[in-house]
Amino acid sequence: MTPLLQVRNVSKRYGSRIGCAEVSFDLYPGEVMGIVGESGSGKSTLLNCLAGKLTPDGGQVVFDTRMDGPVDTLTMSEPQRRMLGRTDWAFVHQHARDGLRMGVSAGGNIGERLMAVGERHYGRIRGQATDWLDRVEIDQARIDDRPEAFSGGMQQRLQIARNLVTGPRLAFMDEPTGGLDVSVQARLLDLLRGLVREMGLSALIVTHDLAVVRLLADRLMVMKDGRVVEAGLTDQVLDDPQHAYTQLLVSSVLQA
Amino acid sequence: MNAYNFAYLDEQTKRMIRRAILKGLAVPGYQVPFASREMPMPYGWGTGGVQVSAAILTPEDRFKVIDQGADDTTNAVSIRKFFERTAGVAVTERTIEASVIQTRHRIPETPLREDQILVYQVPIPEPLRFLEPRETETRKMHSLQEYGLMHVKLYEDISRHGAIATSYAYPVKVAGRYVMDPSPIPKFDNPKLESDAIQLFGAGREQRIYAVPPHTRVVSLDFEDHPFDPTKADHSCDLCGADDSYLDEVIMDDAGGRMFVCSDADYCRDRREAGQSGAKAGALS
Amino acid sequence: MIELSDVSKSFTLHNQGGARIEVMSGASLSVGPGECVSLTGASGAGKSTLMRLIYGNYLAASGQIIVGGVDVASARPREILRMRRETLGYVSQFLRVVPRVPTLDVVAEPLLALGRPLDEARDRATHLLAMLNIPRRLWSLSPTTFSGGEQQRVNIARGFAHDYPAFLLDESTASLDVANRDVVLGLIEAAKARGAAIVGIFHDADARARVCDREVDVTAFSPTASGTAA
Repeated sequence: MTPLLQVRNVSKRYGSRIGCAEVSFDLYPGEVMGIVGESGSGKSTLLNCLAGKLTPDGGQVVFDTRMDGPVDTLTMSEPQRRMLGRTDWAFVHQHARDGLRMGVSAGGNIGERLMAVGERHYGRIRGQATDWLDRVEIDQARIDDRPEAFSGGMQQRLQIARNLVTGPRLAFMDEPTGGLDVSVQARLLDLLRGLVREMGLSALIVTHDLAVVRLLADRLMVMKDGRVVEAGLTDQVLDDPQHAYTQLLVSSVLQA
Repeated sequence: MNAYNFAYLDEQTKRMIRRAILKGLAVPGYQVPFASREMPMPYGWGTGGVQVSAAILTPEDRFKVIDQGADDTTNAVSIRKFFERTAGVAVTERTIEASVIQTRHRIPETPLREDQILVYQVPIPEPLRFLEPRETETRKMHSLQEYGLMHVKLYEDISRHGAIATSYAYPVKVAGRYVMDPSPIPKFDNPKLESDAIQLFGAGREQRIYAVPPHTRVVSLDFEDHPFDPTKADHSCDLCGADDSYLDEVIMDDAGGRMFVCSDADYCRDRREAGQSGAKAGALS
Repeated sequence: MIELSDVSKSFTLHNQGGARIEVMSGASLSVGPGECVSLTGASGAGKSTLMRLIYGNYLAASGQIIVGGVDVASARPREILRMRRETLGYVSQFLRVVPRVPTLDVVAEPLLALGRPLDEARDRATHLLAMLNIPRRLWSLSPTTFSGGEQQRVNIARGFAHDYPAFLLDESTASLDVANRDVVLGLIEAAKARGAAIVGIFHDADARARVCDREVDVTAFSPTASGTAA
């Protein structure tokens, strides 16, 4: 089976400082990969390089496109990459504000990607938006409300709906539950799990929270100082950590 | 004694503006940046339109200026006088006699000809500005034809008002490529954007010029199930009886009395001189 | 079905001076279809460790662990994930679930992960929950608030939702009353009859007697016993 994403030697430097260095891995359809590490580990830098928000200094990010098979997205033209970002890829930001149009209604936010790929029937757009509000457990009656009026958890769920409406195959998530209350986090994780399975979504999730990763990710990469120090099955890496840093990370988690 | 260069601007500036105009005509609807000059009127008073007119006027031209359809408002009068003084061109209030017409917020009712030029005054040239404040982003959207956001605006209208509520500055797609703001003309005027005349748009403060060449396809954006509707007040002109022109509502007294009058003063006068009359003909003295 | 050859396991505690602890050495085991093997040995001898090694939860230091043709000790994560989905069922001692998911869906999940239609998965879940005497009114609730025994039964129901060719059962009858223990043993017998290979830890001698074909004492695999220095 062709990997959905093949990452080879992706590196990003800031002068003499390493953002991330020589990262390589394959991601298959339907797999969720967690990327964990503490602040400064390079996990967000890596995610942004893979998602096309930062230009890496070296390496390849080969995505299995629908039309042309595996293509190195780093060599794509900008229009192609932006189109990818609206169709096959999704990016869920930590702060919903960065991923939503706060001045546009919930329905408009969800409908935007549809309109961006040519949907021109108001009734159908609204129908799909309503559908998705349901799937992310937002009251349909709020379809015309602006996200400014939503709670943090709702805004995040709206961001997810907005991203998933065009049925992407790969989702990049940067601390999707960061900053949310614990009970709200649980609900969101549950939702993400369900959607990932229902839609056969692959995902790359950056987080510093090991509990999130245990719940959501099949596989795990541990980063420190810009490098991947350990990788493998999530439960194996967390239950039987091999690298010194991973052992430190795992043993540092406070038990409630 | 006229101490100004013809039409106020120096020849080099006019050349620069003409280059921008040619570019705009070559790429219909595309906003061409230009080095907008300091004019002897403040921004917001038509400096863009004035600069375009100044660059294209020749001594043989006949110049008409309208402001919301009227030749006799302060702005229209000032601009007309400006060009009388600095260019010495002949002026007229009759649409059919003019070779260059500068307008604020209306298109004349009388269909224009191939030998005429319509110059629009534009406040904000960027149709996406209110949804996407970043100039870097809107430029990308235009160059990559990413106009989904434009439809988001229309979607918002329908969800809030049940219909596309944009009643002026209604966005259009020009020659199947660029989305353009036609300036704050009423949507009723949008069909007239498909014209035999040259249409030039000048935004002085924002420093952009754009253009629609003659016989260019201009389509107002809409949804399949909410098609574009160029509405106007459901009334006919009380002076000349026209029911196909855009109307101004005039308050007559403090008891709620009102009448509807053609916004295009020249059009109305022509009809009245030809013997047409409306319900309250003679009410305005 | 399940073949272990010369498996060893050690832990290196980097943050405690690099202390290395060998916990297993020379472990070999063979379980064929329809066989149920019971792991015995004192607490801490390595019974759970062995199960976790077979499941891929622990990394083997050396040796081979073949489950349904996949060598867990050297397979890629993808292959182990598929093995867990299709081939090897695992009923652990503790129920670990995502909060808020209703019991019915917890039990149906393994079938959904295999791509079975929702109603088929839920039907099977219904059948198992009924068999294990979980009251219907609890099916729409999350099992996180259930009693220990109820949680264990939900755990078992989930474990048996799919007819795996191989099972790992860790104390599956521990907190059950006689009637429910009987049901679970029945499930194990049915699995055996189907040809499943089973490795289990049963502290209950009667349960062992009923379903297990032989016993393997993991003390034989502790490093001192096999003669290799710790």
